[in-house]
Amino acid sequence: MQIEAIIQKCHDSIGSCVDFIRDFCIQLRSIHLDHLEKKWISIALLVVALLVAIITIDAFFHGVNPPSKVETIDSAKLHLSKEFAESNLGVQLDANGDIVVRMVAGRYSFFPKHIAVPAETKITFRWVSMDVLHGVHIPMTNMSTMIVPGYVAEITTSFPKPGEYPVLCNEYCGLGHNHMWSNISVIAKEDWIASSSIAAAKKESNNE
Amino acid sequence: MNDAAERKLALSHLWVAFIAFIVACFMGEYQVLERSGLIPALDSPTVYFASVSTHGVLMGFVLTTFFIMGFGYYTATTSLKVPVWNNTLAWSGFWISLLGTVMAAIPLLTGNASVLYTFYLPIQAHVAFYFGATLLIVGSWIWCGIMVVMFKQWKQANPKQPVPLAMFATTANALLWLWTSAGVAVEVLFQAIPLALGWIDTVDAGLARTLFAWTLHPIVYFWLIPAYTAFYVFVPKQAGGFLFSDEAARGAFIVLAVFSLPIGFHHLYMDPEQAKGWKLLHGIGTFVVSIPTLVTGFTVIASLEIAGRLRGGKGLFGWIGSLPWSNSMVLSAILSLLMLILGGFGGIINASYAMNAMIHNTAWVPGHFHLIFAGTTVIMYFAIAYYLWPMLVQKPLFSNSMALIQLWTWFIGMGILTTPWHVLGLLGQPRRISSVVYNTLLTLAWKPYELAMIFGGLILLGSACLFIYNLAKTQLNPAPTEAFTQQIEYAESIHPVKELPEYLNDFKLWNRVIAVLMLISFGVPILQFFFMNTFGSPGWGY
Ligand code: HEM
Ligand SMILES: [Cu+2]
Ligand SMILES: [Cu+2]
Repeated sequence: MQIEAIIQKCHDSIGSCVDFIRDFCIQLRSIHLDHLEKKWISIALLVVALLVAIITIDAFFHGVNPPSKVETIDSAKLHLSKEFAESNLGVQLDANGDIVVRMVAGRYSFFPKHIAVPAETKITFRWVSMDVLHGVHIPMTNMSTMIVPGYVAEITTSFPKPGEYPVLCNEYCGLGHNHMWSNISVIAKEDWIASSSIAAAKKESNNE
Repeated sequence: MNDAAERKLALSHLWVAFIAFIVACFMGEYQVLERSGLIPALDSPTVYFASVSTHGVLMGFVLTTFFIMGFGYYTATTSLKVPVWNNTLAWSGFWISLLGTVMAAIPLLTGNASVLYTFYLPIQAHVAFYFGATLLIVGSWIWCGIMVVMFKQWKQANPKQPVPLAMFATTANALLWLWTSAGVAVEVLFQAIPLALGWIDTVDAGLARTLFAWTLHPIVYFWLIPAYTAFYVFVPKQAGGFLFSDEAARGAFIVLAVFSLPIGFHHLYMDPEQAKGWKLLHGIGTFVVSIPTLVTGFTVIASLEIAGRLRGGKGLFGWIGSLPWSNSMVLSAILSLLMLILGGFGGIINASYAMNAMIHNTAWVPGHFHLIFAGTTVIMYFAIAYYLWPMLVQKPLFSNSMALIQLWTWFIGMGILTTPWHVLGLLGQPRRISSVVYNTLLTLAWKPYELAMIFGGLILLGSACLFIYNLAKTQLNPAPTEAFTQQIEYAESIHPVKELPEYLNDFKLWNRVIAVLMLISFGVPILQFFFMNTFGSPGWGY
C-alpha cells in the first residue's frame, strides 16, 4: 500500500517532468529565429563541442591535466615534517629511480636556491609554502603551479632544452614579491648521466 | 514623464563611477612608469603596491558597481515608464556603497591594505578594508532588490506582455550579481573579518581561494552585461536600423547569467586544492559560456549590416562604409567588437589548460583583461555615458567630435598598451611585480615592451581626461534657450515580439537551474574542506 503510493507519486512526478520538457521544446521551436541565425548558432555549438571534446579527450586519454593532487600539509610545521625538512629538499631519486624535486617557497625565495636537473627526463616537483600564497613559473616552460599554504602542489613535467633558467614567483606575496626567485640548471641528459652523481648535484645546491 | 528624481539618482551614481575611473587612470600610468624603471627616483614597492591595490579596487569594484547601478535605475525607469520604486531606499543604497568605498579607500591609500583587489588570504589587510568592501556590496544588493521588485511589479501590471528587453537584461544582471557576490561575501564574513579581528587564529587558504573563484568569473559578466545591453537596445537604433532578433538577445542574457556562474575553477586550474575532475567540469562550462558571446557578436553585426544597407550601403562590405561612424554609440560598438574578437582569441588560450600553463599569472593575464575589460567593456560605458548625459542634464553634449577623438584614442591607446603586455607574458614576465630585479638574460628582452606600455598608457590617460572634460562641460554649460526634448530611444526588433513563452520572460526557472548547477559544481568542492584533514594558516602582513 505504502509502496504503491510512492510508486504512484514517482510516476506523477516523472510525468510532470516529461510534460514540462515537452512544453519547453514546443515553446523553444515557436520562438522566432532567422535561418541565418540558426546556422550561426549551430556553428557556434559545433566549435564549442569540438573544443570541449579536445580538452576532455586530452584529460582522459592523454593525461593532460593541471596540477591537482589534493594533498594537505601543515605549513607551520614543515621543518618537523620528514619530507620537507631542510636536509631532504632538492633533487632526489625515489625508490623507482624517478626524479623527485622537493622545494619550499617562503618570502622571498625558493629553497634550495639552486638545483640541477637533467633535460628530457620526467621530473616530479613537490612544492610547499611556509607562509603565504605563492606561484612558481619557470619561464618558457610549462613548469607552473600555485603554491597554496596548507597544500602540496605536485606537478610532473620534463624540460626539452638544456640551459640556465630562472624560477620566478608569479603571485603577489608581499612587498618583496619581485625579489622572489631562484635558479635551475637543466643539464643535457648525457652529461647528467655521465656525472650521474645526484649527490654531487645536491652538494652543489647546498653550497649555494 | 517628469523623471527629475531618477535623473539625479543616475547622475550621482555615474559621477562616483567616473571620478573613481579618472583617479585610477592616473595611478595606472604611474604604475607602468614605475615598473619600467625609467625614473629610478620613482622606485618604491610600498607606494607601487598601494597604488595597484587602489587602482584595481577602483576600476574593478567602484567604477563598475556604481556605473551598473546608475545605468540600471535609468534603464528601469525609462524602459518600464514608471518611477524608481522606493527612491529613499535607492538613495540609502547609494550612501551605503559610497561609505564603503571611502572606508576601503583610506587603508588602501595609506598603504594599510596593499593586498591587491583579489586580497588572497592569508595575507591580511586592515579590517576597515574588509568592512568597506562589504558595505559596497551591501549597497549594491539594495539595487538588485529594487530591480527585481520593479520587474515583478511591471509584470503584474502587464500580464502576458513581454518585459522590455532593456529591463530584462538589467534584471538578469541584478540576479547574476546576487548569486555572484555570495562567494566573496562568505569569504569576507567568515574568514577575512574574523581573522583580522582575531576571533579566529587560522584560515584555510584553499577554501578562501575556492570561495573567491565562485565570484571571480561571473563578476566579469556583471561588468560586461551593460555593454551587451547597449549592443542590443541602443546600437541598432543609433545605426539607423533594427535589432536582428529580440528572442536571441534574451536567450543570450539567460545563458550568460546561468553559465557564467558554475565555471569559476578556471581561475584555479593551477591550484593544488581542487581535483582535476572538477577543473574539467568547469573547463567545459567555460567553453559553453562563449556561446552567448558568439551569438551577441553575430546579432550586433547583423543589426549593423541591416542599418548599413538601409542607409544605401551595397556589396559585400559596402554597408560598413555607410554606417554612421560619427555616431559615438555606433563607433564604440565597432571598436568594442574589434577588441572583443582579439581578446576572444586570448581567452581561448587561457581556457585551454595545456596552453594556460605557459601564460598563467604572467603579464599576459593583465594584458588580456585590460583589452577585454578596460577595452571592450569600458568603451561601451563611455558610449552609454555620451548617449545618456544630454538627457540626464537636459543639455546637448558639449562636443561630439571630442567624443569621437576620445573613443579612437582609447582604442589606439589600448592596442599600444596591451599588445606589448601580452608579449611580455609570452617572454615569461610574471604579473604583479613592481620592478625587474631578476639577474638573468631573459629580462633584457623585456625593456622595449615596457617602454611601449608607458606610451600606450599616456594616450589612454589623455583620452580619459577628454572624456571627463566633455561630460563636465556638458553639465556646466548654461542651459539652452529652447527646451531640451531628446528622449531615450530603445531599438525595435525586425519582428517585434508580442508574446513570449514564460521562460524567456521570467527568471524563476533559471534561478532554479542556477541553484542546481551551483550545487553540482561547488557543492563537493566546498564541502571537501570540512571532511579533509586540513591545516589552516595564520594571518600574515605583507
Ligand atoms: C590609463 C590606463 C591604464 C593603465 C596604464 C593601467 C595599468 C595597469 C597596471 C600596470 C597594472 C598592474 C598589473 C600587474 O602588475 O599585473 C594594472 C592593474 C589593474 N588594472 Fe589597469 N591600467 C589602466 C586602465 C585600467 C582600466 C580602464 C581598468 C578597468 C576598468 C583597469 C583595471 C585594472 C585592474 C582590475 C587591475 C588589477 C590587476 C591585479 O591586481 O593584478 N585598468 N593596471
Ligand atoms: Cu611572490
Ligand atoms: Cu574567469
